[in-house]
Amino acid sequence: MAEREGRERAVRALIDLEPTTADPEDRVTGWLQRLCAAAVRALPASGAGVSVVDRHGVTELTVASDPECEYLEELQFTLGEGPCVDALAGRRPVLEPDVASAALARWPMYAPAVLQRGVRAVFAFPLQVGAARLGVLDVYRRDPAGLDGAAMALALTFADVTVSHLLDAQAGADVGARQGALDEMMSYRTELYQAQGIVTVDLGISVDEAMVRLRAHAFAYERRLGDIARDVVAGRLRLDNDAT
Amino acid sequence: MATVSAERLAEVFVEVSDTLVSHFDIIEFLQMVTSRTAELIDAAAVGVLLADQHGELQFMAASDEATTLLELFQVQTAEGPCLEAYRTRAPVMIPDVRVAADRWPQFAPRAVKAGFLSVHAVPMHLRDQAIGAMNIFSTHTGGMEPNELVIAQSLADTATIGLMQERAIRRGEMLTEQLHAALNSRIVIEQAKGALSRIHGVSVDEAFGLMREFARDHNYRLGEVATYVITEPARVSGLMRP
Repeated sequence: MAEREGRERAVRALIDLEPTTADPEDRVTGWLQRLCAAAVRALPASGAGVSVVDRHGVTELTVASDPECEYLEELQFTLGEGPCVDALAGRRPVLEPDVASAALARWPMYAPAVLQRGVRAVFAFPLQVGAARLGVLDVYRRDPAGLDGAAMALALTFADVTVSHLLDAQAGADVGARQGALDEMMSYRTELYQAQGIVTVDLGISVDEAMVRLRAHAFAYERRLGDIARDVVAGRLRLDNDAT
Repeated sequence: MATVSAERLAEVFVEVSDTLVSHFDIIEFLQMVTSRTAELIDAAAVGVLLADQHGELQFMAASDEATTLLELFQVQTAEGPCLEAYRTRAPVMIPDVRVAADRWPQFAPRAVKAGFLSVHAVPMHLRDQAIGAMNIFSTHTGGMEPNELVIAQSLADTATIGLMQERAIRRGEMLTEQLHAALNSRIVIEQAKGALSRIHGVSVDEAFGLMREFARDHNYRLGEVATYVITEPARVSGLMRP
């Protein structure tokens, strides 16, 4: 448990250290820019990008560490192929340590475009919680090499922290002051996922929205998400449509 | 101790291999392996936990999905025989869990309260990497016989093969991809259990049974049904009507 918390705290600190030129009111774009910059600094990476998608998998927002990566992010959705597209469809990470290999056959249009820009390895991490898909974090490398265990754990932590941030921002939380307020309580994880399913039915909403509503409730009542989830599963709490 | 006929043992391994080559769903597969393990070594319940990128054990599948049992698996993120088997990569045998309260103050009393008197765990690993553990619960005290341990470890190894089966593991990257896909499948199933429990006004345990029955009757994979329940309910409308 300590390992997870330590990594998440470290990743949040790295992101906070990055400067931003975006409007401070913009909780998403500015933060994602800093996330990409922090990921490039912390990982053996030459670039990073995040594509946020709607529930139909259509891109809503693309943010990257530099214009080249932004182009490579957008190109995947234009072509309809690439690690990020596969990661979304397969609900799994897609890790390609050498794009100049089998990847050429897998992504016949995307892979050459990647190589042309001097990128040799691509790693796509879905931003997801079960059936809810929020987007993808892509990490690019100029040398054909994989991510070792520590780098992989760090990259996956960047993805987890991004999921939390995107949901919190939608839940209208005061993201700056969130530390500790939203302790997810590992031991209640199963209840949390079950509660997400319950809220989709109670409110007739998608599972991503249900996740946001549960968080919004946690913030509004200053309660732990895990405790709220337990109450929802036990039938002690029912979120309704008018209130948070 | 359990006396298993060689015929039954052979049957189970054929069934497991057969599942590996057709109609594959990781959670369903692990569930089948845990159920057969429980049957062969005469255990009350068997479950599989896999480690995520932080080395935290997450529940994947069990011969029985009762909520009390799920809690026993979840608490092992922090302590318990599975965590120990995963960390030491050696089997852990607790013939009498009542005397293990000092060792595992969270896990042991919960296990006893749930009606289990002995608990064992065997490690799961792929080559030199530990990936999780299989947990075995009994309602009576006593250790595992050597032949039971062999059966349990063999089935735990088969579960590992199943996890890696979808694509051949050429590189370390594949292991990460597969583990994450499997962990996420489990989350989808919990989300679907929640939704169905509300629609049908039943417990999450019963909701799971409904989902499994529907998958069997309609020749769907369990993971498919769970995903449809949450994202495309119209595709499983028969299951979505109260």
